[in-house]
Parts: sequence; structure tokens; C-alpha cells
Amino acid sequence: MEATEIQERVIKILTPYVKDQAALASAGPETNILEDLKVNSARLVDVVLAFEDEFDIEIADEDVDTVNLVGDCVTLIGQKL
Amino acid sequence: MADSRLLTRQEVLPLIPQRYPFRFVDEILELTDERVVGRYSWDPELDFYKGHFPGNPVTPGVVLIECMGQCGVVPLGIYFGYRDHPDDAEKLTTFFTDAAVDFSNVVLPGQTVTVESTLVFYRRRKVQVDSEMKLDDGTIVCSGKLAGMGVTL
Repeated sequence: MEATEIQERVIKILTPYVKDQAALASAGPETNILEDLKVNSARLVDVVLAFEDEFDIEIADEDVDTVNLVGDCVTLIGQKL
Repeated sequence: MADSRLLTRQEVLPLIPQRYPFRFVDEILELTDERVVGRYSWDPELDFYKGHFPGNPVTPGVVLIECMGQCGVVPLGIYFGYRDHPDDAEKLTTFFTDAAVDFSNVVLPGQTVTVESTLVFYRRRKVQVDSEMKLDDGTIVCSGKLAGMGVTL
């Protein structure tokens, strides 16, 4: 799967948890999920579970700690596919 | 390093940290890693009944959500904490993170409710459950998804 397609699907999954919708409109690989998009940190678990369902992969709890940017999600998911 | 422990429902009950006048769980009737059932009788002397509403006391919805949390998310958070993080389980407090609840009936002072909660997930110290609160005659009071996370204070 192309990275652009993964990113598109990642952003769609993030959308309901994003508090700053304006930042979402210009989101790219360097966008920080907590700081730029203002996603509540407690929601990261929900987001990761949604990634698992969407891409039919398993993400270890330790891997979640490496996810800060939208690009980190794309890389992590790409590795698991 | 502390040993992992599977607490019983009787052991979990006193570990729920909330106390009067903000304790809304009397008993834990069932507790497994997939389900928890709690029960609470509403004390008519609770202070908020004086204002909600004057002369017509009804248990506030926000307090019913708290009761759902104390009967569901909190005991499961304690149970999983002692099972998976025994070294710092005593320092963990489960805080609400999110809830989506529909209300369909009221609870009056003196009534007893039972809250049945089924685990949706436990990941990274976050517990999410589907919960339903019922009166003793089976009437559903409210139901929804609630979640909380173990935090070290």
C-alpha cells in the first residue's frame, strides 16, 4: 500500500478525535498528533485500536510510544502490513 | 518486584478510593477480566438532592455516570492494575477519560441500582466498557460506553 493512501486513512481515523480541525486541513507527515491536532492523549489508545481494525494489523503497546507525528503512524503501519 | 495478583471482588471493593459523600458503589457482585457488576443504594441524605430539585429530588445524570464509573471502570482498572502492573498498582488512580451515555429513566432517592459492565478493551492502562444501569424491577436507567485510565498521582 502506498504511503499516501495510508496517510489518508490515518487522517480519516484521527478526524473524530481532533480538537483543532483547522490544523487537520493542512496535516502532513510532520504534524504532531497531540500538540498540533490537540488530540487528547487518552484517546491515543482508541486511535491505535482503530488502526488495528482498519489495516488488520497488531500494534504492540511499546510501539505506541514511538508515535508522535502523522508520519510516525504511516511508517509504523507500513512496517506491519 | 511485586507479584502479579488476581484480586477478588471482595478485595477490590475497599480499594475503590472514593468515599462518602462521593462514593456510589456498595457492593461488587461479579468481577472477571471481561465483566463487572456493581450495586448502589441512593442515600436520601446526600446533599445534592436538596438542590436537584428543591421539593422534587432526582439523582443528577452526572452523578449516575460517576456511579457507572465506580461500579465498572474503576474496579476493572484496579483489577488490571494489580494483574499487570503490580509494582505501582497501589499508586494508580483511575480517572475518567471519556463517556457517551444515553438516559432513559430517573433514579429517586432510596432506590437501588445495578450496573453491569462488559469490557471493550484494556490497553496501556486504559479501560473501556459498555455499561448498563438498571433499577431492581429491571427498568433501564442509562447505558453507554465509558472509559478511564490509570494515572499515578
